[in-house]
Amino acid sequence: MFSWFGKVSFVPYSKVSDFAVHLKDGRMMGSRCKDCGYTTFPPRADCPECLSGNFEFKEYNGKGKIYTHTTITAAPTGFEDIAPYTIAVVELEEGGRLMAWTGDTLPSKELKIGMPVQVVPRIFEDSPEIKLYYTVEKPGATWKKAPAPHLG
Amino acid sequence: MSRVGIIGAGHGVFGRRSDATVQELAFEAFRLAIQDAGISRDDLDATVVAAVPEYHKQRSVAGVVQEYLNLNPKPTWLTEVACASGSAAIRTAWMAIKSGLHQVVAVIGCQKMTELATAEILALMGRVGEVQWESIFGSTFPGYYAMFATSHMHEFGTTHEQMLQVAVKNHFYGSKNPNALFKKEVPLDKAMNSDPVASPFCVFDCCANADGAACVILADESRAKALSKKVVWLDGVGCATSSMSVLRRPNLVGLPSAAEAAKQAYHMAKVTSKDVKVAEVHDCFTIAEIMAYEDLGFCKKGDGGKFIEEKRSYIGGDVAVNVDGGLKAKGHPIGATGVSMAYEIVKQLRGECGARQVPNADIGLTHNVGGIGQYTFVHLFRRD
Repeated sequence: MFSWFGKVSFVPYSKVSDFAVHLKDGRMMGSRCKDCGYTTFPPRADCPECLSGNFEFKEYNGKGKIYTHTTITAAPTGFEDIAPYTIAVVELEEGGRLMAWTGDTLPSKELKIGMPVQVVPRIFEDSPEIKLYYTVEKPGATWKKAPAPHLG
Repeated sequence: MSRVGIIGAGHGVFGRRSDATVQELAFEAFRLAIQDAGISRDDLDATVVAAVPEYHKQRSVAGVVQEYLNLNPKPTWLTEVACASGSAAIRTAWMAIKSGLHQVVAVIGCQKMTELATAEILALMGRVGEVQWESIFGSTFPGYYAMFATSHMHEFGTTHEQMLQVAVKNHFYGSKNPNALFKKEVPLDKAMNSDPVASPFCVFDCCANADGAACVILADESRAKALSKKVVWLDGVGCATSSMSVLRRPNLVGLPSAAEAAKQAYHMAKVTSKDVKVAEVHDCFTIAEIMAYEDLGFCKKGDGGKFIEEKRSYIGGDVAVNVDGGLKAKGHPIGATGVSMAYEIVKQLRGECGARQVPNADIGLTHNVGGIGQYTFVHLFRRD
């Protein structure tokens, strides 16, 4: 299921594969260690603090601030068709950071380090397979229910 | 403690070497190093090969190099830590000698990159970022360093013009290096007006993929003194790591691995940043050299932009940096780069660098970064 995540997937399986199932339904999940409470995004199955493998998903609100950004013109294989695209790193209010494209509501010219943003789950709607991602948007942007998965 | 010395160094021409295989490139550098040391193959106990395997159709490059150099059945092994593979090879040779297992070890860094298309290389290199959560957004190697540049500009007021002054300097010195890929000076306005790659970077912020090889020969103190009258001593070896994912870094204005590796190397060699006369730093992108000035202690964190603007990293400044042209002008065959850096410092400390010679160079440093600072090796060299 984790292969649903990303325009190009490099990682088909993971102990946190259900992340993609949640993302399809509009939930951004980080992880919480059931033993020591360490909470982070992106989620991880194994606690870097206490070494426990006992984790649960924790829903994130997607709120955060721009940490850094770049607009990529020279794209790698698999991304040439969408270049140029802007990538931002977001420092999440609830802990951890993520990398994502900026979305329609946030023109790259307006990007500033430290500005508040909302991360929103997305699906490539014209892809025959399920391809999920998330984008960085202006505060207040909301997720709309993804179309039913096209299972061929 | 007995020291480890470098008794020979050889360097091939870096560039688009469609005339040669990777083992043929390795042979060029090896032959020059053996001739430079004035020894024979029989004096060698082992070789360490540095190369990043994904670029070669030939699997397990150390084997084909060892055969082509006619060194069977002497031992060899491959080291790989992305763009720092060359320095990792030097570190393992140093360890092999320090342990007493071997006395004389040749380190060969070699890479054939240009058999792949640029987009394929961008895809490969981008995957030195974390693939599960980052590469899926088409992050690229220039893109990662560009994000460091964005942060550095925001936090310290560093300008894109200051970054490109690094490129101007390195192309200036590259014009004096016969082994460099680019041997022409580049004026600032030409650099400023080059095509965008990943904002704020344009073409001249980025080093070039290249093919090439370099070789250094290390020996323990007794063998070094017996075999050579021009030994350069490797007195400090530092190595540290940072998280694979940039999402897990404490900040994006420096490389924690570089600061830590430098601390270890200075401590081991019993010198400070002020003692370094000539340095080879990992300028894969212009911002990387600016952050290196800071991480190595040549200036305070945040002052790297001013450091280049005031030409303090030119010959005659505080410390001469990348006077062989750096990765920027010399080219960056990733497995060879760390060994190429060591070659330049050896030649500088021996006073053999001609038009780009740093006066009174007695202590030199290499700073070789793997990936986006996931690994950094800092080595300190000294002549007696």
